Amino acid sequence: MPFSLLKYGLNSDFPYEKHADLPSPSALKSHYDVVIIGGGGHGVATAYYLAKYHGITNVAVLEKGYLGGGNTARNTAVIRSNYLTPEGVKFYTESVKLFKELSNEFDFNIMYSQRGQLTLAHTDAAIRGFRQRVAINKHYGGQSELIDPQQIRELVPSLNMNPADMPVLAGLWHTDGATARHDAVAWGYAKGATSRGVELHQLTEVTDVEVQQDKVTAVQTNRGKISCGAVVQAVSGHSSILAAKAGFKLPITTYPLQAMVTLPVKPFLDPMVSSPSLHCYVQQTSRGELVFGGGSDPYPLYSTRSTMDLKEGLLANAVELFPAIAQMRLMRQWGGLTDMTSDYSPVMGLSPVENYYLDAGWGTWGFKATPICGKTMAQLVAGNGKVPELIKPFSMERFYRFAQVNEMGATAASH
Amino acid sequence: MKMINCPLNGLRNSSEFVYGGEVKEMPDHRNCNDREWAEYIFFHENAVAVVTEWWLHAPSSYWFIGERHTASDEFIRTYDPSERFSTRVEFAGPVVESEK
Repeated sequence: MPFSLLKYGLNSDFPYEKHADLPSPSALKSHYDVVIIGGGGHGVATAYYLAKYHGITNVAVLEKGYLGGGNTARNTAVIRSNYLTPEGVKFYTESVKLFKELSNEFDFNIMYSQRGQLTLAHTDAAIRGFRQRVAINKHYGGQSELIDPQQIRELVPSLNMNPADMPVLAGLWHTDGATARHDAVAWGYAKGATSRGVELHQLTEVTDVEVQQDKVTAVQTNRGKISCGAVVQAVSGHSSILAAKAGFKLPITTYPLQAMVTLPVKPFLDPMVSSPSLHCYVQQTSRGELVFGGGSDPYPLYSTRSTMDLKEGLLANAVELFPAIAQMRLMRQWGGLTDMTSDYSPVMGLSPVENYYLDAGWGTWGFKATPICGKTMAQLVAGNGKVPELIKPFSMERFYRFAQVNEMGATAASH
Repeated sequence: MKMINCPLNGLRNSSEFVYGGEVKEMPDHRNCNDREWAEYIFFHENAVAVVTEWWLHAPSSYWFIGERHTASDEFIRTYDPSERFSTRVEFAGPVVESEK
């Protein structure tokens, strides 16, 4: 990496060819061994690991819009593993490990920035929850500890220690907490996958899934029909709609999630700070903007429109946390679609259709799972449906067995 | 703020309402198997369409049914559940000896 960067810097010509990251659009073939529906982070990561580790390159990634233009572009780019359930912690800890190496692996800077995440406790119950999370994190190799108000003051001097009359009693300090450029993650995976022979087809929408005797045989697209050996669905935000085309229902309800960002200011906030009681998290990007996020909208909707109510509620609490930002101007606001499950864990693995694999239910926790998700989904496909240990607990079947994975640490806001 | 037409209270702010899930056909809870019950509880259509949903007006604890488009967020109609349900579902099981 450093040498190529040096070479780039000393080059008098702009090395244009090398930046033509993706092969130009080619005609769709009539058959692929694996069709991945959804060209977001998860989809291209699955294609990348299929090609890299399993030698499966007759793969098409079909994307109805453009690469990484869906929820990959709409999340707030938080990476962490300080979850509550052993299943969740094991899974996300692996993801953090992979994330740390991605820039080197891609030879492409994903701007990984490990600045730590601080979650605030305003009640005794929250402190008890934090103790449990610390213990489980440490056991499975994550980096979390419980810190007291004095340590919090030193870490984040600008924080109001009594926001909305709810004193900050303790903090869950997760040193593994990080951010990365979400677009770059998708681009890096796509570049790595396509250079190994995978085809990425943008503006290619799947309009129907053909299932015969519980096996998927082909997908219909707006560019024609493709027969396929296996299908992976990785379309967060539209999981239920695609699954309906394959003939089954999912344990998912889709809610909008809104976020917003201010004009840039000088750096003053190093860690990412979240308060579950105030339904709010705040972080400062490397460009200096403050990013605010909160909980999903109060009721389901397939629209990324913005509402004044959410902005008022979220920003009132953000100003409680950081009174000094009250005069700052918002620059941008956006929304994404979150496929929420009732236990705040994903739905991964097998589906009622034999060779149709699910990567769904990514609610508000999809971006941080991108690498491990791609890796395990690739194992699943290459193993012809042998489910990797790491994702066994997240099977759709768990809902029929009443064996949910209750992930209370899933979001900064909803619990 | 978005307004929702409550059949009991008229137009009220949407913040007074709580979403209660899709209106579904409930399986016979005394005779269905666990799988059927799980399907009823956890699995949803979650479609982009005009859907029929339960809503609660929280301040008056009044449950009603709304028909709403899940892409435009437009309420087509709201009405009292009596339009759809005429009998009460009894969940009480067989009487246990000790409770007599």
